[in-house]
Formats: sequence, C-alpha cells, structure tokens
Amino acid sequence: MSVLIYIDSADGHVKKSSLEALTYGSTLATQLDVSAEAVILGNSSDDIAALGKYGVKKIYHANNDLLNHLDAQVFTNVISEAVTACGASVIIFSNNVNGKSIAPRLSAKLKAGLVSGAVELPVLSASGAFTVKKAVFSGKAFANISITTAVKIITVAPNSYKTIAGEGTAEVVLLNTTIGTPKIKITAVNKVTGQVPLSEADIVVSAGRGLKGPENWGMIEEMAKLLGAATACSRPVADTDWRPHHEHVGQTGLAIAPNLYIAIGISGAIQHLAGVNRSKTIVVINKDPEAPFFKAADYGIIGDAFDVVPKMNEAIKKMKGL
Amino acid sequence: MKILVCISKTPDTTAKIAFTDNNTKFDNNGVQWIINPYDEWYALVRAIELKEKDPSIVIHLCTVGSADADPIIRKALALGGDEAIRVNADSHDSFFIASQIAEIAKIGYDLIFTGKETIDYNGSSIGGMVAELLNLPYVSLATKFEQSGNKAIITREIEGGEEICEVEFPVTVSCQKGMAEQRIPNMRGIMAARTKTLKVVEPIAIEALTAITSFELPPAKAGVKLVSPDNVEELIRLLHEEAKVI
Ligand SMILES: Cc1cc2nc3c(=O)[nH]c(=O)nc-3n(C[C@H](O)[C@H](O)[C@H](O)COP(=O)(O)OP(=O)(O)OC[C@H]3O[C@@H](n4cnc5c(N)ncnc54)[C@H](O)[C@@H]3O)c2cc1C
Ligand SMILES: Nc1ncnc2c1ncn2[C@@H]1O[C@H](COP(=O)(O)O)[C@@H](O)[C@H]1O
Repeated sequence: MSVLIYIDSADGHVKKSSLEALTYGSTLATQLDVSAEAVILGNSSDDIAALGKYGVKKIYHANNDLLNHLDAQVFTNVISEAVTACGASVIIFSNNVNGKSIAPRLSAKLKAGLVSGAVELPVLSASGAFTVKKAVFSGKAFANISITTAVKIITVAPNSYKTIAGEGTAEVVLLNTTIGTPKIKITAVNKVTGQVPLSEADIVVSAGRGLKGPENWGMIEEMAKLLGAATACSRPVADTDWRPHHEHVGQTGLAIAPNLYIAIGISGAIQHLAGVNRSKTIVVINKDPEAPFFKAADYGIIGDAFDVVPKMNEAIKKMKGL
Repeated sequence: MKILVCISKTPDTTAKIAFTDNNTKFDNNGVQWIINPYDEWYALVRAIELKEKDPSIVIHLCTVGSADADPIIRKALALGGDEAIRVNADSHDSFFIASQIAEIAKIGYDLIFTGKETIDYNGSSIGGMVAELLNLPYVSLATKFEQSGNKAIITREIEGGEEICEVEFPVTVSCQKGMAEQRIPNMRGIMAARTKTLKVVEPIAIEALTAITSFELPPAKAGVKLVSPDNVEELIRLLHEEAKVI
C-alpha cells in the first residue's frame, strides 16, 4: 500500500504546488504507515531524484514526448497504471489547472471518492473514517467530507500546505506503458514569462476601480516587482479591460490564498472577498473608512492610494536596502 | 449538432452562509437561489450564441436536483435552449451527479458544457467525471470556444497563461470567464420558456463515494490594525517584523 503523489510540471519544470502536494502526501503516508511514491509525466529538465527530499521514496517517470502537454484522458490512463504499480490507496494532486482536469477523471475511472481543494491533512478516526476538510461557499465556510471508498483521491488547495524539505533522494523508475494518442492537439501556448503565476504567488498586489484608469497601474506593478509578487484585480477592472482577465480574482474569477494580499482601491464586495478570504494576511488601502474590506483586513491604511502606494514602495526599497 | 448544458442551482452570491442540525446542513432559510454563474453566463450563453449562428443546433439543459430546482431551470430556458431534463435527486456527491448526467448524455451529444465549478461546493470535478464516464476528451477551464467543421477550437487556462487547442467532437468542456457575456432574459424568452419541455426522470442507482459530515465557519478576524497614511514605514515594518510576510 502507498500514497501516490502526482508531480505536475510545465516546460520540463516541476511546479511549486507539486512540492506542497509531495509534502502533504508523504506526511499522510507516514500517518498511515505506508510508503510515499510519486509519478511524473513528460520530459523533465529538473533533477527528479532530488524530489526525494520531500519524503517520497520512489518516483515513476513516464518519460514520453506525448506527455508534455495535458490531455486529461491520456494522463489519467498513465497515472492509473502507476496506481496499480504501487498499490496506491490514496492519490494526491494539487488542486491546480492540471489537477482539476485529471483527478475527477481518475476518480470516475477507479470509482475512488474525490475531495478537491483540501486545506488540511485528512483526519483519520479509530473507526476507519477518513475525513477531509475543504473550503466551500467560495471560502465562506469549510466542509468536512468523508471518503467512503477504499481508494481515495485528494487535491490539495495551492498555498494551503507548507512545503517541508528534508534529506534524501528518490529512486526513479521508468514507467513503460503504451500511451494513447492524445485527442487534444495544442496549437499555441501564450505564457506571460518572467511573472509569478497568480495561483502560486506568496504575495499578491491587487487593485480595483479606485485607481481610476489603466494608466495608473505603474505603481502597482512596481510594488509587485519589489515584493516578488503577482498582480491581481477586481472584476470590474478586468471587465473594462484595464487589466487582463486572468488577473480577476473573486467568486467568479480565480480563488487564491497567498500569505499576503494587498488590496488597493478595492471596496471589498462579498464576491471579491470570496476569492481572497483565505489569504493569511490582508492589507487594505482605501480612502473610504467605511469600505467593507477593512472588516476582512489585518492591516489597513485609510488614505489616498496615489499618496500611500508610492510611499509604500519607497519604504519597501528602504527595508530591502535598495 | 446537439449540445448538452449542465445547469446547477446555487445560493445567491450575497446569501448568508449558516448551518443547521448541529452544523451538518446548509441553512436554506431566506436564501435566494440562482443559476450557478459559470453555468449561466459562460456555458449556457455560449451555447446560445452558437445556436444563433447555426439555428440547426439543438440545445438541451440538464440538472440533477429536486423539484425546487424547477424555477432555476425555467430561468435557464428563458435565456435559451430547446428543452430541459431534470433528474429527480438531491445529492452533493460529485460522482453521483456526474453518473446521472452521463446517463442522460448517453444518447449522444456532440458537445457537453459544464461550468468551471459550482460556487457552493466548489468541486470543479463534474465535467471531468462525465467525460471519463462517457470516454470523451475533456477540456477544462475554457475561456474561448469556436466551432470549425467537425472540430472545436478552444482556448483554455494554464498557470500563468493560456493554451489554444483543437479537438474533434464529441467533447466535454468546462467554461469560465471569457466564453461569453452575461445576458438578461427578455419577456419573449420568459414567455417561451413556459411552454418548453421540462422532462423529469428518476435517477439511476449509484452509490455515493463521499459524504459531507459537517460544516464550519472560518474563525472571525481579530480586527484591522490601522496605520496612519503619514506613517507608511510603520506598515512595512509591521508586515516585515510582526506578520513576517515580506
Ligand atoms: C454574481 C456576481 C459575481 C461577482 N464576482 C466578482 C468577482 O469574482 N470579483 C470581484 O472583484 N467582483 C465581483 N463582483 C462585483 C462586486 O460585487 C463589486 O462590484 C466589485 O468587486 C467592485 O470592484 P472594486 O472594488 O474595484 O470597485 P468599487 O466597488 O467601485 O470600489 C472602489 C474602491 O476604491 C476606493 N477608492 C476610490 N478612490 C480611491 C483612492 N484614490 N485611493 C484609495 N481608494 C480609493 C473607494 O473608496 C472604493 O472602496 C461580482 C458581482 C456579482 C453580482
Ligand atoms: N446538480 C447538478 N446538476 C447538473 N449539473 C451540475 C450539477 N452540479 C454541478 N453541475 C455542473 O458541473 C459543473 C461543475 O460542478 P462542480 O464539479 O460541482 O464544481 C457546474 O458548473 C455545472 O455545470
């Protein structure tokens, strides 16, 4: 028996969210007293064996060009071979783009109960119940869900479980399987390079309609650069094309849970909060003392963004000795 | 071409979230129900737009829910779509719901649209399960969808960007922002919806794979620590030394 963790990669590099999944999975394996093993698909330019420091002993590598782009159907079949190879009783994914695509398929294929977006390790009761906590109602509540099947699948919410690196290398085993022809053909990839992907960012600097227009985002981008942060925005800002759609956070945009979320000129409507309320620390800059966002904030400044933000940037530079 | 659009019912985005029965049930009291925004704004409206270009397209709506989902499905029919099917069952188990949808879809659709996720249980999993049960390709988190002969050309989200892909029908697609613009049903649509077929079928026997045991509300915030706009350096110091986040 084992816990099998799916290692997600893009352009040959392992994603940060997978390191969280590896830590989560190997911690769970220790609790269950079974081995922690992992599976990675496609070519990789990273040192896969070194991922052993996150607690996995063995990594199955399906090293095939056809697996460099996601076709969930093909990936599901390969991963299910790894499940059989290691006799996995729990399979862990990150609840990221690929995890959301593959885990449900695997769940239906194996008839293995799935909880998506786990925020903590499962609770194992003496009676054998296996209960996983996840955020529901867009972060306004949590549900404890028990998985009632022998084989279980969990996807871990990004930024919910801290990566722990120890010592050790993993044994890398090539997974030789026949790979189906992908039915999905990728014709173009448009990636913003050099930027932290919003879903993986530790720090997010976000701005709303209070900034008046797209020409005023220079100071926001500067702050993001100084902090190594990703930028985000409220829905009306994306709707009016001041900022790209993929920056839209909230109930109908991306839900994120960074360590630090800085909201500038955003009122804090309930639908906006729904996407950011699981951030560990929230800072609000708003000129209206009645802005609802202050109720959800840890730190705040009541003031004009055009005055406060440049001052913050100067203070960050000073702190960092820049 | 035949399109199946999966419609779910969710509490309004401003609904008060509370629980009853010792925190095991969602408190429906005073809750307004809406069509899950992803299903309405993106999946359904995109299907309607495709039909407007090609009137030979047939759109069926499908929901798994009890009779109290009827107003929601009628509202969806008022936006568009030819007929609706409701599977008469109440469940929060994704596999149960997906199996019911797959049973309906078995008769053969070229395209199955779901929303990206429901805004109540946030599973983001039913589309993938339906695709697996029907052995169809699955393109998740689509932001654009075009039809070109027997192929779909789809833009989907990836971390830090997007990918454009091609796939032959039949296919299952989960839809999010970018697919279409929100619409409001007009009087003609509302009148027409009254006479459209809403077929109610009984569920097939499927064992749930999960069960919700309890709910919790997040701990209340301690309250905001305000810093004067004339003392911005203090905020940066607090973030660095107290919160330790920068
Ligand atoms: C079904 C539904 C789903 C929705 N989904 C989302 C979602 O996913 N994400 C989302 O963000 N919204 C969503 N919304 C919209 C949401 O209700 C709000 O309308 C939106 O979040 C407001 O954006 P905003 O805060 O940028 O703008 P506003 O509400 O206009 O707020 C601007 C804020 O800036 C402040 N301000 C103005 N000038 C300055 C200045 N110089 N310095 C400092 N502060 C200043 C103002 O005091 C105000 O608080 C949704 C709405 C509905 C109905
Ligand atoms: N009860 C339901 N009936 C029909 N479709 C549903 C139901 N629940 C979810 N869906 C569809 O599946 C999508 C994803 O839901 P979920 O996996 O629960 O987040 C939704 O956006 C709907 O399109």
